[in-house]
Amino acid sequence: MRFVDEFRQPGLISKTADEIRRLAGTERHYRMMEVCGGHTHAIYRFGMKDILPENIELIHGPGCPVCVLPMGRIDDGLAIARQPGVIFAAFGDMMRVPGTQGSPLEHKARGMDVRIVYSPSDALKLARLNPDKHVMFFAIGFETTAPSTALTMIRAQAEGIRNFSVFCNHVTIIPAIRAILDSPDMRLDAFIGPGHVSTVIGCRPYEWIAHNEHKPIVVSGFEPLDMLQSIVMLLRQLKAGEAKVENQYKRVVPWEGNRAALRAMADVFQLRPYFEWRGLGFISQSALRINDKYAEFDAEQRFVVPGIRVTDPKAAQCGEVLKGVLKPHQCKLFGRECTPEHPVGALMVSTEGSCAAYHSYEHRKAAMVTLTA
Amino acid sequence: MCLAIPGKIVEISSENQDSALVEVIGVRRRIDLGLLQDDKPAAGDWVLVHVGFAMSKISEQDAADQMNTLRMLGEIDGAMQEVQGYGLEDREIDASRLDYKEPIQ
Amino acid sequence: MRRLSQLRTSQGSNGDSDRLMAAPATFSDVPVRFRDSQIEMAHGAGGKASRKLVEGLFAPLLFGTFPGPLSDAAHVEINGTKIAITTDSFVVKPLSFPGGSIGELAVNGTVNDLAVSGAKAEALVVSFVLEAGLPTSVLEAEVRAMAKAARDAGVRIAAGDTKVVEHGKADQMYVTTTGIGRLLPGVTINPGSVRVGDRILLSGPVGDHGVTILLARSELDLEADLRSDTRSVFPLVETLVKAAGPGIRWMRDPTRGGAATSLNELARDCGLGMVLFEDQVPVRDIVRGACELLGLDPLHIANEGQFLAVVSPEYADAAINAINLAPGGSEAQVIGEVREQPAGTVLVTTLYGGSRIVDMLVGDPLPRIC
Repeated sequence: MRFVDEFRQPGLISKTADEIRRLAGTERHYRMMEVCGGHTHAIYRFGMKDILPENIELIHGPGCPVCVLPMGRIDDGLAIARQPGVIFAAFGDMMRVPGTQGSPLEHKARGMDVRIVYSPSDALKLARLNPDKHVMFFAIGFETTAPSTALTMIRAQAEGIRNFSVFCNHVTIIPAIRAILDSPDMRLDAFIGPGHVSTVIGCRPYEWIAHNEHKPIVVSGFEPLDMLQSIVMLLRQLKAGEAKVENQYKRVVPWEGNRAALRAMADVFQLRPYFEWRGLGFISQSALRINDKYAEFDAEQRFVVPGIRVTDPKAAQCGEVLKGVLKPHQCKLFGRECTPEHPVGALMVSTEGSCAAYHSYEHRKAAMVTLTA
Repeated sequence: MCLAIPGKIVEISSENQDSALVEVIGVRRRIDLGLLQDDKPAAGDWVLVHVGFAMSKISEQDAADQMNTLRMLGEIDGAMQEVQGYGLEDREIDASRLDYKEPIQ
Repeated sequence: MRRLSQLRTSQGSNGDSDRLMAAPATFSDVPVRFRDSQIEMAHGAGGKASRKLVEGLFAPLLFGTFPGPLSDAAHVEINGTKIAITTDSFVVKPLSFPGGSIGELAVNGTVNDLAVSGAKAEALVVSFVLEAGLPTSVLEAEVRAMAKAARDAGVRIAAGDTKVVEHGKADQMYVTTTGIGRLLPGVTINPGSVRVGDRILLSGPVGDHGVTILLARSELDLEADLRSDTRSVFPLVETLVKAAGPGIRWMRDPTRGGAATSLNELARDCGLGMVLFEDQVPVRDIVRGACELLGLDPLHIANEGQFLAVVSPEYADAAINAINLAPGGSEAQVIGEVREQPAGTVLVTTLYGGSRIVDMLVGDPLPRIC
């Protein structure tokens, strides 16, 4: 596979891993956070931790849009879908996320019309194909996905489609990073920056991390060689005492971002004054809502939503794990009350969530190491 | 929120300039080019696809440059040892600051 | 980990199989351990949820006090002759797809379940649940497909039953086949016999069937030149038994839940670790591409024409060589080996030293966007 296989070549991976070991040395302990859930998933999928030296610690950040979605919002979306004649459309990632009365898949088992879509345009297509029904698209994602949702609404308006709406849960990445850095128990040396969000917002929005917070940040691709090269670049900066924004993912990320995508977002969305992030609390100016021009497609305007806040059980330590203060297995519920089959907290629900990734890929390996030690 | 895959544009629809057929080792998918209005791709170009939309063009040149940079890792060390062998140890050369595109002086 | 004594009393071992026939005295005392309040789609997906249902509800009530490893077929002994018997239901949408249809699946699926328990299928009986309104032409096409598949597999369809339900109560048709077969001499399938150092063999590329089905459901806007791999694996199993009979520990056809689920079940049943070498697992490029696009793992995707075998190291070379030379076996590979750690788990390792644990499938494989 072009642009994929080249970045998985074993020879180059070993070479880059050697360079990391050489640069990292043994004296200093490095704490690097990968913000984006896609990077968390890649780290586990490619077994990256096995090839990094012990003194480089990867901390998982909050960039998993499913994980940070409060349960109350899922309940709200399902409440809308319970109306007669409504089709609930969402990405596969959302299907198993539990609301207080079950996940979308469980609702489907009980007779609700729930469909998996792979694109917001699929949801719009469903609306065209089912003129007697209303299609509600449950939109999630960071700035990577928001432009596609926006463009879909622009097209829906141009076509005069009446039976389509979006329940918008798009969030923005910068406030999440700010919340991490503002957290008092957080000690981080550097960031592995989001790759695909940056194709939209570019690299400029991260400059304050380097200039004000003095932390290096390298915008990284998702293949093993991408992430390893990003770590090389971060180590070089750290050893030189530098802090700047670098773009490792040059083949895909334009420094200035994607103007057309940003225009579509500006046309359709505006920032909510505040939004609740599961595990992180309320963050101001961190989420998008549909503006008046496209109000006809705003599910929150067309339908009545209960809007009830659902708090997580106190024992669930999602917030600390999200901020990287705790490792997944250090949460008291991990692997016991909270497993991928019966998730209690947000991070166990999505395949990108650190707890789910750790549970599926890692913690038995840890047990194996203890046994052989 | 990041699953995006490189795909090659096989065909741009004649009826709709924003619709293209993209291929990923033999699997074809119809995608939307609407977010690349400012930099329209052509058949044969590679794009990054996310939720059915092309997000960005993939620069083959940048990919090739990256590969070269990675291949040269470790060769810098070899070159360093050779240079030091010429008795130039008094000049401090910090390998971590070298830009690989420049020849080592 | 199952204790060996418990393993011996369950399906698939010599001499003890008539204990299956005697009804345990304490059926009513066996507690049902299944706690879910309703049945979900996940319970039929072949992964963890399915196993919980079988182990927690069916096994205690139907199979008695010893849960034992779950195998594809049961062995019974009648007047000294060992016979394998198995059943399977086929529920697939769409009914027809590139490479086959429900008819072929119904025949090959049961023939294969018998094959991997070491038996040659002799006869099948088939039961149809048909939806009122189903066009006769569709039914006829499927029955023709079954007849052809049975001929190709060398198995007789001996009897059948038909029920018709109201429109909307069955997805056009559900087919169940039950098969009996004679056990091949010289082979004993028993997870308890798996040892450290055994090799894991796979008969051919994984993911073809499941991805074909996903693509055939037009909800996905993907096209690919891919076909289901549905076929009888008996000829290759027979070849394997001839070349390496005494060395065969275990076989399974990785249908729903994929190779990962089958190997996870084995790992749990024998308490050892299944270590796979990622670069040695055969996957067609096109399946890899589709899986990358959808965020799926080929190891979790259903197959209808492949089988896994665990063979002792002394016989592994002879086994793989024989299969590679046989028709339809050229893509077979040794994909891994059995190790002590990580116990009860499947570990996939990469060429560059990375590794990850691959769990049993949780629910249906849902395409991932994130």
